[in-house]
Amino acid sequence: MQKEAGVAHRALAHKSTDDVAVAVSDLQPGETLTIEALDGGKPHKVKVLEAVPLGHKIALRDLPEGHVVVEYGEKIGRMTRAVKKGGYVHVHNIRTLRWDYGDMPSARRETPDAKGRAKATASQKAGAKKGGR
Amino acid sequence: MAKAAKRSASSARGKAAPMQLTGYRRPNGAVGVRNHVVVLPVDDLSNAAAEGVARLINGSVALPHPYGRLQFGEDLELTFRTLSGHGANPNVYGVVVIGIEPKWTERVAEGIAKTGKPVEVFSVERHGDLNTINAASRAAYRLVQEASEVRREPISPSELVLSIKCGESDPTLGLAGNPAQGRAVDRLVDLGASVIFGETSELTGGEHLIAERCATPALKKKFQAVYSAYIRMIEDQGVDLLGSQPTEGNIRGGLSTIEEKALGNIQKTGSRPVSGVIGYAEPVKPGQGLVFMNSSSAGAEHVTLCAAAGSVLHFFTTGQGNVVGHPLIPVIKVSPNPITCSTMSEHIDVPLPDLLVGEIGLDEAADRIMNVFERTVNGRLTAAELLRHNEFVITKLYPSA
Repeated sequence: MQKEAGVAHRALAHKSTDDVAVAVSDLQPGETLTIEALDGGKPHKVKVLEAVPLGHKIALRDLPEGHVVVEYGEKIGRMTRAVKKGGYVHVHNIRTLRWDYGDMPSARRETPDAKGRAKATASQKAGAKKGGR
Repeated sequence: MAKAAKRSASSARGKAAPMQLTGYRRPNGAVGVRNHVVVLPVDDLSNAAAEGVARLINGSVALPHPYGRLQFGEDLELTFRTLSGHGANPNVYGVVVIGIEPKWTERVAEGIAKTGKPVEVFSVERHGDLNTINAASRAAYRLVQEASEVRREPISPSELVLSIKCGESDPTLGLAGNPAQGRAVDRLVDLGASVIFGETSELTGGEHLIAERCATPALKKKFQAVYSAYIRMIEDQGVDLLGSQPTEGNIRGGLSTIEEKALGNIQKTGSRPVSGVIGYAEPVKPGQGLVFMNSSSAGAEHVTLCAAAGSVLHFFTTGQGNVVGHPLIPVIKVSPNPITCSTMSEHIDVPLPDLLVGEIGLDEAADRIMNVFERTVNGRLTAAELLRHNEFVITKLYPSA
């Protein structure tokens, strides 16, 4: 990856298809960033909506409630509250897909299947059919 | 990983001279990078005598711990394996073993004596602490003096067993610190070193990625069995890892879920096949490549299990600043987090904040880790060694009898 002339990165995504990027410095609301991905894919232009501390995540697109969030090209959790592109994604609005005790409608507890992968919950399966969530 | 290579394309990969490593060759051919004499208590009751010896004899190190009484079954075997494994570790010249009674003391000593190194055995009953300390100190005195005359000699990376873990993790590790460590791990495995990783619970959400990297279907099956058994053990308690994984420190640093933590964690294992799957503290030899060991994700427990398995040097990447060390094996701390590197600089051996913002590439970062590795193998003291971080924490599987 090339860094922009003389400007250190402010946030970076693992893959350009990820839903979130990681702030590599403290981000302030109002600033507009070009966020590149480590895979060299298309950069995202994002206006920061909320303060995001160094190491924490910023949404690269609108993420509705129930959306299964992708980082590293893998599922990392599900939105318990919607967030807009440029918003702050953390424990207040995302939770693990494991040990799911039904605090979301139609969710059920997950256990790894024989292949060691988490079984998708009923709600995720429905989401996947609707549009790749 | 191919994508990550792009990131480093701009960094000039120095035509670094091959590493010049030196170490201590033991009677069984194993190679260490430190030259300790250990005073090893078999049980909690013998800590006082062991620490008494270490206070008297310069250069001897005691490993006090709270266990070793009325344990049974696999839990007892693991404690024996951990104690004998530390005595057998190639960073150790010789060992003084002290137990409350002779039988278990002999058993621990026998596990060490198989390596051919000097082992002296003492028990407290029918002698008392003071007579035991007297006799054991005279033995430690001899061993330390002998050890002081052992010379370092040239060694090859293919003679080393190493280990890795991350701690107080945050997303800066997944983004920068762990991919850099992963690249160093790839280089070391390619040079023939064995590298142990583990953290069973902390693979949750990324366990399929490790399973896919297992070198054979049999290893894959074994890995999946170990992982599933661990998760079953947690769920059999009627609980889960929420609240423990990620930790409060992880959450403060920006990690939101165990899956995110696991995916970042896995970056440091590099890209080579997983060529071994072993249980807690089972011995590892050089030339085994990348080895998964079933283990706790707690820093001190994990490093202790790795040292018991034969690791002579540990790489520890940290986001928020885990300060763990070990009494016998150097622990090299790597951090890409600029706040940690500035506020806790005395704990960090390889600062990488410039990697985090893309000012250097992954290869340059890996060069920096390898440079500190070479110097540490050759005797440079790590931050954890200088700060006396001597955590020795035995993994306990269930209550004692």
